[in-house]
Amino acid sequence: MIFGVDVASMLLGGVAAGMVLFIVSVGLSVTMGLMGFVNLAHGGFAMLGGYAIALAMKHWGFGFVSALVFGFVVTAAASAVLERLLYARLYGADELDQVLFTIGLVFMIIASVTLLIGPENQPLALPSFLRGQINLGIIQYRAYSVVLIAIGIVIVGALWLGFERTRLGAQIRAAVDNRRMAESLGINIARLFTITFAFGSGMAALGGGLGAEFLGLDPQYALKYLVYFLIVVAVGGLGRVTGVFYAALLIGVLDFALKKYVPQGGTAFIYALTILLLLWRPQGLFGARAT
Amino acid sequence: MTEPVDHPAARALAERHRLRIWEAIPWLLALGFFFAFPKHLGFGTELLVTVLFAISLDLVLGYAGIVTLGQAAFFGAGAYTVGILAKQGIWHEPITGLALAALVAAAVGFGSGLVLLRTQGLTLLMLTLCTMALLEEAANLAHDYTGGFDGLDSLPIAPLLGRFEFNPLYPTTQYLYVLVVLFVCFVFVRTLVYSPFGQSLRGIRENMLRMHAVGAPVRGRLVLCYTLSAAIAGIAGGIWAQANAYVNLGTLGLDRAATVLIILVLGGHGRLYGAFIGAVAYMVLSHFLAKIYPTAWQLGLGLLLVVIALFARNGILGIVAALGRRPAPRATS
Repeated sequence: MIFGVDVASMLLGGVAAGMVLFIVSVGLSVTMGLMGFVNLAHGGFAMLGGYAIALAMKHWGFGFVSALVFGFVVTAAASAVLERLLYARLYGADELDQVLFTIGLVFMIIASVTLLIGPENQPLALPSFLRGQINLGIIQYRAYSVVLIAIGIVIVGALWLGFERTRLGAQIRAAVDNRRMAESLGINIARLFTITFAFGSGMAALGGGLGAEFLGLDPQYALKYLVYFLIVVAVGGLGRVTGVFYAALLIGVLDFALKKYVPQGGTAFIYALTILLLLWRPQGLFGARAT
Repeated sequence: MTEPVDHPAARALAERHRLRIWEAIPWLLALGFFFAFPKHLGFGTELLVTVLFAISLDLVLGYAGIVTLGQAAFFGAGAYTVGILAKQGIWHEPITGLALAALVAAAVGFGSGLVLLRTQGLTLLMLTLCTMALLEEAANLAHDYTGGFDGLDSLPIAPLLGRFEFNPLYPTTQYLYVLVVLFVCFVFVRTLVYSPFGQSLRGIRENMLRMHAVGAPVRGRLVLCYTLSAAIAGIAGGIWAQANAYVNLGTLGLDRAATVLIILVLGGHGRLYGAFIGAVAYMVLSHFLAKIYPTAWQLGLGLLLVVIALFARNGILGIVAALGRRPAPRATS
């Protein structure tokens, strides 16, 4: 019984972490799949969003939910401007140029945040209804984790519907599968890119805010978790919403379990697993084709 | 009709490996530095090691076109080889120690290259990153041998050639030793990139499909290039450990891998001397700026990278070559 409770609480914690990973990474997966762009600055957008949300709550009197909306909108707008002005110049360029450009962007984001706000961790105070415990029948568990899981399920459901059942979603899927064909059919690829990029960055901002409670929020965030986001995308497959979802849950639960039972060397295991997996399926666990 | 041999293009191709007078400049400057700034030899040693490391990256990135974020894995492998052998009292002699560092790093490069180089693009980038992260974790975990997070310090390194002590305060021996090793490695790499092997690497970089079509053993060439580059990076790491009598986890980290990438791209990749220019520009700037204004330095570095990626894709040497193209035939090739 004790073991069962242990496993259940571990699963809940891992799934909650996985949801945050999913919310942050899904935009990265779609932009990489759609534009073939290696965007190492994605963690930077998640961090900027987290900061916007934390600052909005601390200084400008926003509630948690309205701050999340605010963070989404601000980050999406800022990234749309960046996409039009700078990213768009490097579509189709060498991978090396894309890597350099986005690393440079991450450095600038980290330095700007350090200069303007400071190097210390920004606490993000949860509203009182999300603190405390919730009774789930078999166990008491942190209300926030349960809420995170619920939010994650709602988001993946909404994204799936948006992807599979709307015109825009169909256009994105068409462009991921065959960009030239989609273009020939009259789909405005440039507009599609901007919308997707802005939306993906907005999602990352949400993830940055929602995950701040256990990932923290300091200027190094942009690089610290980047490898995790990239692993989720690589394992899930490029441009696949459901693939990223399963991969995020897998990595979230694995990471949580390994940190608990094998505090030493848990991370090494995840790296090793990723290497083996990518050798077995270079297109990722759920990706449909080689990239 | 002119004979093909007399055609200017044919002559340029046939003569491009010849030594040019300006190629002596970096070495004369390095020797001059030794006499002019005896108080800054520690910085000079670090600079030369960085050049060597950047050259190893130039071989895979600039010539073979493999975009890697994990080059520090080999630097670290070499550094830890020297560190662990010295600390455990197994091997203290520096020159053979470097050979061992090169061997271990080459083995790591060969092993990982065999599997990694089957992939391309984002997957390859991720795999190089993950391999390095895995090695870093392994070094962190094998606390008994590697010293874990604290690393290994005061490594007992025997005097060079049994005579010249490595003095941490007056690193004259280290400086000249690193300079000689750098020269030897540079001559090797220079010979390599102008050989038919180097030419086939360039072919693979430009058009892998065509190289497959003409029957070139693409994967074998890539793996060999990756292994050689790993060996040189291992030498850089090993010599860094010997010169500082010190190894830590930083030798394996993403920071070091990203820094060397920035240095190479800043100088100009695929150009041999880009590593020199980039390392000097970066190290001098960071020496003066990074300690006083670390945050502004990071901001400026980020801006520089963005500008290079958008407007100056061939680095400083690329700009020089573009400026010099009109009056004279290309200075670099």
